[in-house]
Amino acid sequence: MSEFEPKIVAFVCNWCTYAGADLTGTSRIKYAPNVRVIRFPCTGRIDFMLLLKAFANGADGIIVSGCHPNDCHYTSGNFHARRRWMVFRSLMDFIGIDVRRVHFAWISAAEGAKWAEFVNSVTADIKKLGPNENYQRLMDAGIA
Amino acid sequence: MQELSNTVRQLLESGSVKVVIGYGEGTAGKVRPVFITDPRDADSLIFDIRCKQNLAVYVLKHEVKHLGKAAVVAPLFTLKTILQLAAENQLADGDIVILGIDDGGKLTEFSNLADVEAFVAPHDDLTADEKEKLDRIEKMSLDERWKYWQNELSRCFKCYACRAACPLCYCTRCTVDINQPQWIPVPSHDIGNLEWHVMRAMHLAGRCVNCGECARACPLDIPLNLLTQRLIRDISSQFNQRAGISAKAENALSTFKPDDKENFIR
Repeated sequence: MSEFEPKIVAFVCNWCTYAGADLTGTSRIKYAPNVRVIRFPCTGRIDFMLLLKAFANGADGIIVSGCHPNDCHYTSGNFHARRRWMVFRSLMDFIGIDVRRVHFAWISAAEGAKWAEFVNSVTADIKKLGPNENYQRLMDAGIA
Repeated sequence: MQELSNTVRQLLESGSVKVVIGYGEGTAGKVRPVFITDPRDADSLIFDIRCKQNLAVYVLKHEVKHLGKAAVVAPLFTLKTILQLAAENQLADGDIVILGIDDGGKLTEFSNLADVEAFVAPHDDLTADEKEKLDRIEKMSLDERWKYWQNELSRCFKCYACRAACPLCYCTRCTVDINQPQWIPVPSHDIGNLEWHVMRAMHLAGRCVNCGECARACPLDIPLNLLTQRLIRDISSQFNQRAGISAKAENALSTFKPDDKENFIR
Protein backbone atom coordinates (compact mmCIF):
# COMPACT_ATOMS: atom_id res chain seq x y z
CA MET A 1 0.00 0.00 0.00
CA SER A 2 1.26 3.44 -0.86
CA GLU A 3 2.09 5.92 1.86
CA PHE A 4 -0.78 7.82 3.44
CA GLU A 5 -1.07 11.29 1.90
CA PRO A 6 -3.07 13.56 4.19
CA LYS A 7 -5.54 16.11 2.92
CA ILE A 8 -4.85 19.43 4.58
CA VAL A 9 -7.09 22.46 4.26
CA ALA A 10 -5.47 25.84 4.82
CA PHE A 11 -7.63 28.80 5.76
CA VAL A 12 -5.50 31.85 5.10
CA CYS A 13 -5.99 35.58 5.08
CA ASN A 14 -5.78 37.47 1.83
CA TRP A 15 -3.32 40.11 2.97
CA CYS A 16 -0.56 38.16 4.61
CA THR A 17 -0.48 34.40 4.38
CA TYR A 18 -2.05 34.16 0.93
CA ALA A 19 0.47 36.65 -0.39
CA GLY A 20 3.17 34.81 1.56
CA ALA A 21 2.19 31.52 -0.06
CA ASP A 22 2.25 33.29 -3.40
CA LEU A 23 5.78 34.42 -2.64
CA THR A 24 6.72 30.82 -1.88
CA GLY A 25 5.61 29.94 -5.39
CA THR A 26 7.27 32.84 -7.15
CA SER A 27 10.45 32.10 -5.20
CA ARG A 28 10.28 28.55 -6.64
CA ILE A 29 10.38 27.00 -3.18
CA LYS A 30 8.98 23.48 -3.20
CA TYR A 31 6.64 22.30 -0.46
CA ALA A 32 4.25 19.46 0.27
CA PRO A 33 1.38 19.33 -2.25
CA ASN A 34 -1.08 18.09 0.40
CA VAL A 35 -2.40 21.51 1.21
CA ARG A 36 -5.55 23.08 -0.29
CA VAL A 37 -5.49 26.81 0.24
CA ILE A 38 -8.71 28.73 0.83
CA ARG A 39 -8.42 32.50 0.79
CA PHE A 40 -10.32 34.67 3.25
CA PRO A 41 -10.48 38.43 3.60
CA CYS A 42 -9.15 38.17 7.15
CA THR A 43 -8.50 35.59 9.86
CA GLY A 44 -11.34 37.28 11.71
CA ARG A 45 -13.65 35.89 9.01
CA ILE A 46 -12.62 32.29 9.65
CA ASP A 47 -15.61 30.95 11.54
CA PHE A 48 -15.03 27.89 13.71
CA MET A 49 -17.80 26.14 11.75
CA LEU A 50 -15.57 26.23 8.67
CA LEU A 51 -13.00 24.15 10.53
CA LEU A 52 -15.65 21.58 11.47
CA LYS A 53 -16.88 21.55 7.88
CA ALA A 54 -13.34 20.91 6.63
CA PHE A 55 -13.12 17.86 8.88
CA ALA A 56 -16.59 16.76 7.80
CA ASN A 57 -15.50 16.96 4.17
CA GLY A 58 -12.58 14.65 4.71
CA ALA A 59 -9.71 16.87 5.84
CA ASP A 60 -7.07 15.09 7.91
CA GLY A 61 -5.50 18.34 9.03
CA ILE A 62 -6.24 22.04 9.08
CA ILE A 63 -4.03 25.10 8.85
CA VAL A 64 -5.24 28.51 9.95
CA SER A 65 -2.93 31.38 9.24
CA GLY A 66 -2.94 35.13 8.83
CA CYS A 67 -1.17 38.38 9.60
CA HIS A 68 1.06 38.75 12.62
CA PRO A 69 -0.47 40.60 15.58
CA ASN A 70 -0.50 44.35 14.92
CA ASP A 71 -0.25 43.75 11.15
CA CYS A 72 -3.93 43.13 10.41
CA HIS A 73 -5.21 44.94 7.33
CA TYR A 74 -8.38 45.63 9.31
CA THR A 75 -6.46 46.58 12.47
CA SER A 76 -7.88 43.98 14.83
CA GLY A 77 -9.29 41.00 12.90
CA ASN A 78 -6.43 38.73 13.89
CA PHE A 79 -6.70 39.72 17.56
CA HIS A 80 -10.35 38.71 17.58
CA ALA A 81 -9.47 35.53 15.70
CA ARG A 82 -6.77 34.68 18.23
CA ARG A 83 -9.26 34.79 21.09
CA ARG A 84 -11.72 32.66 19.15
CA TRP A 85 -9.05 30.04 18.45
CA MET A 86 -7.91 29.99 22.06
CA VAL A 87 -11.44 29.20 23.13
CA PHE A 88 -12.35 26.91 20.26
CA ARG A 89 -9.15 24.91 20.53
CA SER A 90 -9.82 24.07 24.14
CA LEU A 91 -13.43 23.18 23.36
CA MET A 92 -12.27 20.83 20.58
CA ASP A 93 -9.91 19.20 23.04
CA PHE A 94 -12.69 18.86 25.61
CA ILE A 95 -15.04 17.18 23.16
CA GLY A 96 -12.32 14.79 22.01
CA ILE A 97 -11.20 16.23 18.68
CA ASP A 98 -7.42 15.90 18.34
CA VAL A 99 -6.08 19.47 18.38
CA ARG A 100 -2.84 18.22 16.86
CA ARG A 101 -4.77 18.15 13.60
CA VAL A 102 -5.34 21.90 13.68
CA HIS A 103 -2.33 24.17 13.27
CA PHE A 104 -2.16 27.91 13.63
CA ALA A 105 0.51 30.32 12.45
CA TRP A 106 1.23 33.94 11.75
CA ILE A 107 2.81 34.16 8.31
CA SER A 108 3.35 37.51 6.67
CA ALA A 109 3.47 38.35 2.96
CA ALA A 110 7.26 38.37 3.18
CA GLU A 111 7.56 34.95 4.82
CA GLY A 112 7.38 32.68 1.79
CA ALA A 113 10.04 30.43 3.25
CA LYS A 114 8.20 30.17 6.58
CA TRP A 115 5.03 29.06 4.72
CA ALA A 116 6.90 26.27 2.96
CA GLU A 117 8.56 25.15 6.15
CA PHE A 118 5.25 25.35 8.05
CA VAL A 119 3.29 23.34 5.49
CA ASN A 120 6.02 20.71 5.38
CA SER A 121 6.10 20.35 9.14
CA VAL A 122 2.29 20.19 9.42
CA THR A 123 2.14 17.60 6.65
CA ALA A 124 4.75 15.49 8.43
CA ASP A 125 2.83 15.78 11.72
CA ILE A 126 -0.48 14.77 10.15
CA LYS A 127 1.18 11.88 8.34
CA LYS A 128 2.29 10.59 11.71
CA LEU A 129 -1.24 10.93 13.11
CA GLY A 130 -2.71 9.04 10.15
CA PRO A 131 -6.17 9.49 8.62
CA ASN A 132 -8.83 11.29 10.65
CA GLU A 133 -10.63 8.05 11.43
CA ASN A 134 -12.81 9.29 14.26
CA TYR A 135 -14.39 11.85 11.99
CA GLN A 136 -14.54 9.50 9.03
CA ARG A 137 -16.59 7.07 11.08
CA LEU A 138 -19.05 9.83 11.93
CA MET A 139 -19.35 10.78 8.29
CA ASP A 140 -19.87 7.18 7.21
CA ALA A 141 -22.60 6.77 9.81
CA GLY A 142 -24.64 9.73 8.70
CA ILE A 143 -25.89 11.46 5.62
CA ALA A 144 -24.38 14.91 5.46
CA MET B 1 -44.90 33.04 49.65
CA GLN B 2 -47.19 35.74 50.90
CA GLU B 3 -44.66 38.55 50.57
CA LEU B 4 -44.12 37.78 46.89
CA SER B 5 -47.85 37.62 46.18
CA ASN B 6 -48.46 40.89 48.00
CA THR B 7 -45.71 42.69 46.11
CA VAL B 8 -46.99 41.35 42.81
CA ARG B 9 -50.56 42.35 43.63
CA GLN B 10 -49.44 45.88 44.41
CA LEU B 11 -47.36 46.10 41.25
CA LEU B 12 -50.28 45.00 39.09
CA GLU B 13 -52.89 47.09 40.90
CA SER B 14 -50.80 50.24 40.67
CA GLY B 15 -50.32 49.54 36.97
CA SER B 16 -46.55 49.94 37.17
CA VAL B 17 -46.23 46.54 35.51
CA LYS B 18 -48.67 44.79 33.18
CA VAL B 19 -47.46 41.22 33.53
CA VAL B 20 -45.56 39.26 36.13
CA ILE B 21 -43.52 36.25 35.07
CA GLY B 22 -43.23 33.82 37.93
CA TYR B 23 -43.51 30.23 39.06
CA GLY B 24 -46.83 28.50 39.60
CA GLU B 25 -48.07 25.04 40.54
CA GLY B 26 -48.29 22.77 37.49
CA THR B 27 -49.56 19.24 37.18
CA ALA B 28 -48.08 16.12 38.76
CA GLY B 29 -46.08 18.10 41.31
CA LYS B 30 -44.22 20.03 38.63
CA VAL B 31 -43.66 23.76 38.61
CA ARG B 32 -44.58 25.74 35.55
CA PRO B 33 -44.06 29.34 34.51
CA VAL B 34 -47.07 31.60 35.00
CA PHE B 35 -47.81 34.95 33.43
CA ILE B 36 -49.97 36.97 35.74
CA THR B 37 -51.82 39.99 34.39
CA ASP B 38 -54.71 40.12 36.88
CA PRO B 39 -53.92 41.15 40.49
CA ARG B 40 -56.51 38.61 41.71
CA ASP B 41 -54.26 35.81 40.41
CA ALA B 42 -51.24 36.96 42.44
CA ASP B 43 -51.83 34.22 45.02
CA SER B 44 -51.07 31.52 42.49
CA LEU B 45 -47.38 32.47 42.60
CA ILE B 46 -45.12 30.07 44.41
CA PHE B 47 -41.44 29.89 45.17
CA ASP B 48 -39.69 26.83 46.52
CA ILE B 49 -36.80 24.49 45.85
CA ARG B 50 -38.42 23.18 42.66
CA CYS B 51 -38.40 26.62 41.03
CA LYS B 52 -35.30 26.24 38.92
CA GLN B 53 -36.39 27.42 35.48
CA ASN B 54 -34.65 30.52 34.20
CA LEU B 55 -37.62 32.81 33.52
CA ALA B 56 -35.45 35.42 31.84
CA VAL B 57 -36.04 33.44 28.65
CA TYR B 58 -39.54 34.96 28.43
CA VAL B 59 -38.49 38.56 28.94
CA LEU B 60 -37.45 39.11 25.34
CA LYS B 61 -40.31 37.15 23.78
CA HIS B 62 -42.58 39.15 21.56
CA GLU B 63 -45.66 37.53 23.10
CA VAL B 64 -44.66 38.78 26.54
CA LYS B 65 -43.33 42.16 25.44
CA HIS B 66 -46.59 43.14 23.81
CA LEU B 67 -48.41 42.71 27.12
CA GLY B 68 -46.50 45.73 28.45
CA LYS B 69 -43.89 46.21 31.14
CA ALA B 70 -42.99 42.97 32.87
CA ALA B 71 -41.80 41.99 36.31
CA VAL B 72 -39.84 38.77 36.63
CA VAL B 73 -39.24 36.52 39.62
CA ALA B 74 -35.49 36.11 39.65
CA PRO B 75 -33.30 33.78 41.70
CA LEU B 76 -29.54 34.21 41.40
CA PHE B 77 -29.05 32.66 37.93
CA THR B 78 -31.91 34.71 36.49
CA LEU B 79 -30.36 37.87 37.92
CA LYS B 80 -27.09 36.98 36.22
CA THR B 81 -28.92 36.39 32.97
CA ILE B 82 -30.61 39.77 33.22
CA LEU B 83 -27.22 41.45 33.68
CA GLN B 84 -25.85 39.61 30.68
CA LEU B 85 -28.87 40.59 28.56
CA ALA B 86 -28.29 44.19 29.59
CA ALA B 87 -24.60 43.90 28.71
CA GLU B 88 -25.69 42.72 25.26
CA ASN B 89 -28.05 45.69 24.91
CA GLN B 90 -31.13 43.49 24.94
CA LEU B 91 -32.44 45.16 28.09
CA ALA B 92 -32.02 48.62 29.52
CA ASP B 93 -32.06 49.62 33.16
CA GLY B 94 -35.71 50.03 34.14
CA ASP B 95 -37.16 47.98 31.26
CA ILE B 96 -38.34 45.31 33.66
CA VAL B 97 -39.04 45.09 37.36
CA ILE B 98 -36.74 42.56 38.99
CA LEU B 99 -38.12 40.58 41.92
CA GLY B 100 -34.90 39.05 43.18
CA ILE B 101 -34.97 36.09 45.52
CA ASP B 102 -31.87 35.11 47.48
CA ASP B 103 -30.80 31.63 48.60
CA GLY B 104 -32.80 31.96 51.80
CA GLY B 105 -35.96 32.81 49.85
CA LYS B 106 -35.92 36.48 50.85
CA LEU B 107 -37.52 38.84 48.34
CA THR B 108 -35.61 41.94 47.18
CA GLU B 109 -37.06 44.27 44.62
CA PHE B 110 -34.13 45.70 42.66
CA SER B 111 -34.60 49.25 41.50
CA ASN B 112 -31.57 49.29 39.22
CA LEU B 113 -29.01 46.99 37.65
CA ALA B 114 -26.14 48.33 39.78
CA ASP B 115 -27.86 46.79 42.81
CA VAL B 116 -28.18 43.51 40.96
CA GLU B 117 -24.46 43.63 40.19
CA ALA B 118 -23.70 44.09 43.87
CA PHE B 119 -25.99 41.17 44.73
CA VAL B 120 -24.43 38.67 42.31
CA ALA B 121 -20.82 39.79 42.90
CA PRO B 122 -19.94 37.39 45.75
CA HIS B 123 -21.18 34.31 43.88
CA ASP B 124 -18.87 31.97 41.95
CA ASP B 125 -19.68 30.87 38.42
CA LEU B 126 -19.16 27.17 39.02
CA THR B 127 -19.96 25.10 42.09
CA ALA B 128 -17.42 22.70 43.57
CA ASP B 129 -19.48 19.79 42.19
CA GLU B 130 -19.44 21.21 38.71
CA LYS B 131 -15.70 21.81 38.84
CA GLU B 132 -15.11 18.24 39.96
CA LYS B 133 -17.20 16.86 37.12
CA LEU B 134 -15.23 18.95 34.62
CA ASP B 135 -11.97 17.75 36.12
CA ARG B 136 -13.11 14.16 35.74
CA ILE B 137 -13.71 14.57 32.01
CA GLU B 138 -10.54 16.58 31.48
CA LYS B 139 -8.53 13.78 33.09
CA MET B 140 -9.78 11.25 30.53
CA SER B 141 -7.58 10.44 27.55
CA LEU B 142 -8.48 12.10 24.26
CA ASP B 143 -10.01 8.88 23.00
CA GLU B 144 -12.07 8.35 26.13
CA ARG B 145 -13.37 11.93 25.89
CA TRP B 146 -14.33 11.43 22.28
CA LYS B 147 -16.17 8.22 23.16
CA TYR B 148 -17.81 9.82 26.18
CA TRP B 149 -19.17 12.69 24.12
CA GLN B 150 -20.14 10.53 21.17
CA ASN B 151 -22.08 8.35 23.56
CA GLU B 152 -23.81 11.33 25.17
CA LEU B 153 -24.50 13.18 21.93
CA SER B 154 -25.74 10.09 20.11
CA ARG B 155 -28.96 10.38 22.14
CA CYS B 156 -29.68 13.89 20.85
CA PHE B 157 -32.66 13.96 18.50
CA LYS B 158 -32.35 17.64 17.75
CA CYS B 159 -35.50 18.89 19.42
CA TYR B 160 -33.62 22.14 20.14
CA ALA B 161 -35.17 22.35 23.60
CA CYS B 162 -31.72 23.48 24.78
CA ARG B 163 -31.94 26.43 22.43
CA ALA B 164 -35.53 27.25 23.29
CA ALA B 165 -34.84 27.16 27.02
CA CYS B 166 -31.71 29.30 26.87
CA PRO B 167 -32.39 32.98 27.59
CA LEU B 168 -29.23 33.95 25.75
CA CYS B 169 -30.18 32.09 22.54
CA TYR B 170 -32.33 34.97 21.38
CA CYS B 171 -31.26 35.34 17.73
CA THR B 172 -34.34 35.60 15.57
CA ARG B 173 -32.65 33.45 12.99
CA CYS B 174 -30.36 30.77 14.33
CA THR B 175 -27.49 29.35 12.27
CA VAL B 176 -29.11 25.97 12.63
CA ASP B 177 -32.22 27.21 10.77
CA ILE B 178 -30.20 28.50 7.84
CA ASN B 179 -30.29 26.13 4.90
CA GLN B 180 -28.34 28.07 2.30
CA PRO B 181 -25.74 26.95 3.13
CA GLN B 182 -26.94 24.15 5.38
CA TRP B 183 -24.46 24.60 8.23
CA ILE B 184 -25.89 21.90 10.46
CA PRO B 185 -27.33 18.78 8.82
CA VAL B 186 -31.01 18.38 9.68
CA PRO B 187 -31.16 14.68 10.63
CA SER B 188 -29.99 13.79 14.10
CA HIS B 189 -27.02 11.69 13.09
CA ASP B 190 -23.66 11.81 14.84
CA ILE B 191 -21.98 14.44 12.72
CA GLY B 192 -24.90 16.83 12.86
CA ASN B 193 -25.29 16.34 16.60
CA LEU B 194 -21.63 17.08 17.18
CA GLU B 195 -21.70 20.19 15.02
CA TRP B 196 -24.88 21.45 16.64
CA HIS B 197 -23.59 21.11 20.18
CA VAL B 198 -20.18 22.58 19.40
CA MET B 199 -21.85 25.49 17.64
CA ARG B 200 -24.31 26.08 20.45
CA ALA B 201 -21.53 26.12 23.00
CA MET B 202 -19.30 28.38 20.92
CA HIS B 203 -22.09 30.87 20.35
CA LEU B 204 -22.51 31.01 24.12
CA ALA B 205 -18.79 31.35 24.81
CA GLY B 206 -18.17 34.29 27.09
CA ARG B 207 -21.94 34.81 27.45
CA CYS B 208 -23.25 31.75 29.28
CA VAL B 209 -24.01 32.42 32.95
CA ASN B 210 -24.30 28.72 33.82
CA CYS B 211 -27.97 28.68 34.77
CA GLY B 212 -28.07 25.06 33.59
CA GLU B 213 -31.39 25.49 31.84
CA CYS B 214 -30.15 23.74 28.65
CA ALA B 215 -29.36 20.55 30.53
CA ARG B 216 -32.60 20.68 32.54
CA ALA B 217 -34.61 21.20 29.36
CA CYS B 218 -32.95 18.28 27.58
CA PRO B 219 -35.48 15.43 27.44
CA LEU B 220 -32.63 12.95 27.02
CA ASP B 221 -30.53 14.22 29.93
CA ILE B 222 -27.48 15.08 27.87
CA PRO B 223 -25.14 17.02 30.18
CA LEU B 224 -24.61 19.71 27.58
CA ASN B 225 -24.02 22.43 30.14
CA LEU B 226 -20.62 20.77 30.68
CA LEU B 227 -19.55 22.28 27.38
CA THR B 228 -20.46 25.80 28.40
CA GLN B 229 -19.07 25.26 31.89
CA ARG B 230 -15.78 24.30 30.34
CA LEU B 231 -15.87 27.52 28.30
CA ILE B 232 -16.66 29.58 31.40
CA ARG B 233 -13.66 28.11 33.18
CA ASP B 234 -11.50 28.61 30.13
CA ILE B 235 -12.46 32.20 29.51
CA SER B 236 -11.99 33.12 33.12
CA SER B 237 -8.52 31.55 33.21
CA GLN B 238 -7.36 32.82 29.81
CA PHE B 239 -8.92 36.27 29.72
CA ASN B 240 -10.00 36.80 33.32
CA GLN B 241 -13.51 37.62 32.11
CA ARG B 242 -16.90 36.46 33.39
CA ALA B 243 -20.40 36.75 32.02
CA GLY B 244 -23.42 37.85 34.00
CA ILE B 245 -21.66 39.95 36.58
CA SER B 246 -21.99 43.36 34.99
CA ALA B 247 -24.54 45.19 32.88
CA LYS B 248 -21.77 46.85 30.94
CA ALA B 249 -19.08 44.22 30.48
CA GLU B 250 -17.91 43.29 27.02
CA ASN B 251 -18.24 39.72 25.81
CA ALA B 252 -14.92 37.90 25.91
CA LEU B 253 -15.12 37.00 22.23
CA SER B 254 -16.15 40.41 20.95
CA THR B 255 -13.14 42.08 22.45
CA PHE B 256 -9.42 41.38 22.72
CA LYS B 257 -6.21 42.44 24.32
CA PRO B 258 -3.11 42.92 22.15
CA ASP B 259 -1.18 40.83 24.66
CA ASP B 260 -3.52 37.84 24.90
CA LYS B 261 -1.23 34.90 25.59
CA GLU B 262 -1.47 31.60 23.77
CA ASN B 263 1.08 28.86 23.23
CA PHE B 264 0.03 27.18 20.01
CA ILE B 265 0.38 29.75 17.21
CA ARG B 266 3.62 29.36 15.34
